[in-house]
Amino acid sequence: MTTYFNEMFLGNKVREPYRGLKDWMATMPAELRQMKQAEAEDLFRRIGITFAVYGEGGDPDRLIPFDMFPRVFSAQEWFKLERGIKQRARALNAFLVDVYGRGEIVRAGRIPAHLVYQNEAYEKAVVGFVPPKGVYSHIVGIDLVRTGPDEFFVLEDNCRTPSGVSYMLENREIMMRMFPDLFRENRIEPVDSYPELLRHTLASVAPSKCNGDPTIAILTPGHFNSAYYEHSFLADLMGVELVEGQDLFVEGEFVYMRTTEGPKRLDVIYRRIDDAFIDPLCFRPDSMLGVPGLMDVYRSGGVSICSAPGAGVADDKAVYTFVPEMIRFYLGEEPILNNVPTWQCGKADDCKYVLDHLNELVVKEVHGSGGYGMLVGPKATKEMVETFRAKITSHPENYIAQPTLALSTTPTFVEEGVAPRHVDLRPYCLVGERIELVPGGLTRVALTEGSLVVNSSQGGGVKDTWVLAE
Amino acid sequence: MLLKVHHTTRYSYDAPVRTLVQSHRMMPSVFEGQKVLNWEVSVTSGQKGGGFRDGAGDWIQAWTVIGPVSEVEVVVQGLVETVDLAGVLRGHRETVCPDVYLRETHLTYADDKVQALAAGVDHGSGPLSLAHALSHRVAEAITYRPGATDAATSASEAVERGEGVCQDHAHVLIALAKALGMPARYVSGYLLADSDGVAHEAAHAWAEVYVKDLGWVGFDPANECCPDDRYIRVGSGFDAQDAAPIRGIARGPGEESLVVTVKVEESAQTQAQSQQ
Repeated sequence: MTTYFNEMFLGNKVREPYRGLKDWMATMPAELRQMKQAEAEDLFRRIGITFAVYGEGGDPDRLIPFDMFPRVFSAQEWFKLERGIKQRARALNAFLVDVYGRGEIVRAGRIPAHLVYQNEAYEKAVVGFVPPKGVYSHIVGIDLVRTGPDEFFVLEDNCRTPSGVSYMLENREIMMRMFPDLFRENRIEPVDSYPELLRHTLASVAPSKCNGDPTIAILTPGHFNSAYYEHSFLADLMGVELVEGQDLFVEGEFVYMRTTEGPKRLDVIYRRIDDAFIDPLCFRPDSMLGVPGLMDVYRSGGVSICSAPGAGVADDKAVYTFVPEMIRFYLGEEPILNNVPTWQCGKADDCKYVLDHLNELVVKEVHGSGGYGMLVGPKATKEMVETFRAKITSHPENYIAQPTLALSTTPTFVEEGVAPRHVDLRPYCLVGERIELVPGGLTRVALTEGSLVVNSSQGGGVKDTWVLAE
Repeated sequence: MLLKVHHTTRYSYDAPVRTLVQSHRMMPSVFEGQKVLNWEVSVTSGQKGGGFRDGAGDWIQAWTVIGPVSEVEVVVQGLVETVDLAGVLRGHRETVCPDVYLRETHLTYADDKVQALAAGVDHGSGPLSLAHALSHRVAEAITYRPGATDAATSASEAVERGEGVCQDHAHVLIALAKALGMPARYVSGYLLADSDGVAHEAAHAWAEVYVKDLGWVGFDPANECCPDDRYIRVGSGFDAQDAAPIRGIARGPGEESLVVTVKVEESAQTQAQSQQ
């Protein structure tokens, strides 16, 4: 029987970071809790925040369950996490500059060439082009799980356009509205500086041809996109325009945005569109979402695109295995945060081990996301295991496997009261002229008892995440 | 050899379009096999955008035309001095790792039919002879016939038809080379048509195969040779779409029609010089 690390209770004792929540939890009668829960849902609906987290698809109008029980980190715990996250964000960006330049890490034999150069996310079109400040991934979302007091593991990196940060902000906003006392009694680090830090990060990577205060816009695929709410939310908070491809046009050396006062030159584009759709003259010719000619403007220094096209090669699940190597190679440091041990089914030895231990492992598709195409061995039926055995055997290179991690739990409000449920964490690291991390992130919680899958498409919810001040 | 190029692409729209945005890959490559003496690209009422050399060594030039406009002409005129390097792309500056050109694309996917062309081919005498042998197989498998295929025809479809043009020859050779582990890419350029031999398109395309220790080497299955001083190399890419000399989009209701004329001649200056 696996024992799980409970972040609040160590036996009967309440762990230090959660002390401020002990009485709050004990003195909340069932009716009050239900009333508050209804109030929270009502607030979320009124705000209109109903998109699926992390582009998982599903019903865009469905509300993601919000759990009012906060997840808490002490200042010391966060200090280590922060250093580890920033270290990783630096290494990932150094890797991107390298593989689009001389490829030293490949020449040194520290990562196999084919994983980089034959990767679908590797963009030949930007080879030799160094984006302003040498930054490719300006918003790095790092998915973490915890298995013990000091044990954290990185599940995956998201270097392209990680979503979900609007939940981090909204969860806090709603908690503060509903439980103002909690925020008076506990010293909780604020997260509301995120939009301003994001704007500052984007402005800091304006191209050299930009003179004066850079004009920034968020490029969205449109309102049918599951994260459209987040795009418009961030645009609002940063005070920048939200645009679609059709609102922009290229003329001469620059890209312009149509406004009621005439065309306005754009300097920085925070795009929430995949590489393939950015510019039909460079990538997919049938794309209607992008801006024809944008990549030529970008590559000749007329505009910055965040994240930089091609950044995706750093967050591939097969490349993930090599992030600790990147940290050693580029920074000369030891990784502060550990990777989850990963077996690459594309390697014969690894594949054999995986097939022999399917009942114990979590198997993932290399290019999959959102908890689809995933096998959780210990929880799977015989049929599911056999289906995966066949899939892995026919296309081994498409799969990786990891041990089933004993994800930590935090107290969560359930039908019967309060019960432990498994959680993960996605902090959002900003990389521009400086590296910034707001103290917090998005905690996802598996609401189903015993479930280790926190994805909202599989019954997951979200929580406010606290970092306590020292 | 001194080659003179005159290349016109005329876009006509049945109703005026608002704007036209293009990305050109139309400057001759910089390497030891050719030297540009004079080269000019013009676009009717066009505004020149950003220009830069990409990682593959190609010069990319952006253009925009602000309408309304119902006819746009892209004119390329130039004079290039070439020497025969037997297909070897010597002295070409590029930073893209050759392994990148092992990637599959739809147009260059080697299915069983394509791979069958390599059956029994001799691997023993090294990669260069292997590439020559593959190029020969492609020439045998696909008979030159203009109009048999179109721009969207894949390597697999071309093999199935057994006929095609230089684009198809190049796609099939690229597919075969990659299937055997050799990076390969599509090259667009110009060719001085033989006065006595078969006259292929003057706007021409061929393949380059990466040969270990030698670098990129051109192969032209359509003419069963390696590019020599009759060839001007311009741009490259994974396939014809990726290496296209002009990629453009017009905004507006007008339907587009296209007329292309290309003339490549040996310049009289050479003859004058050789008489001296």
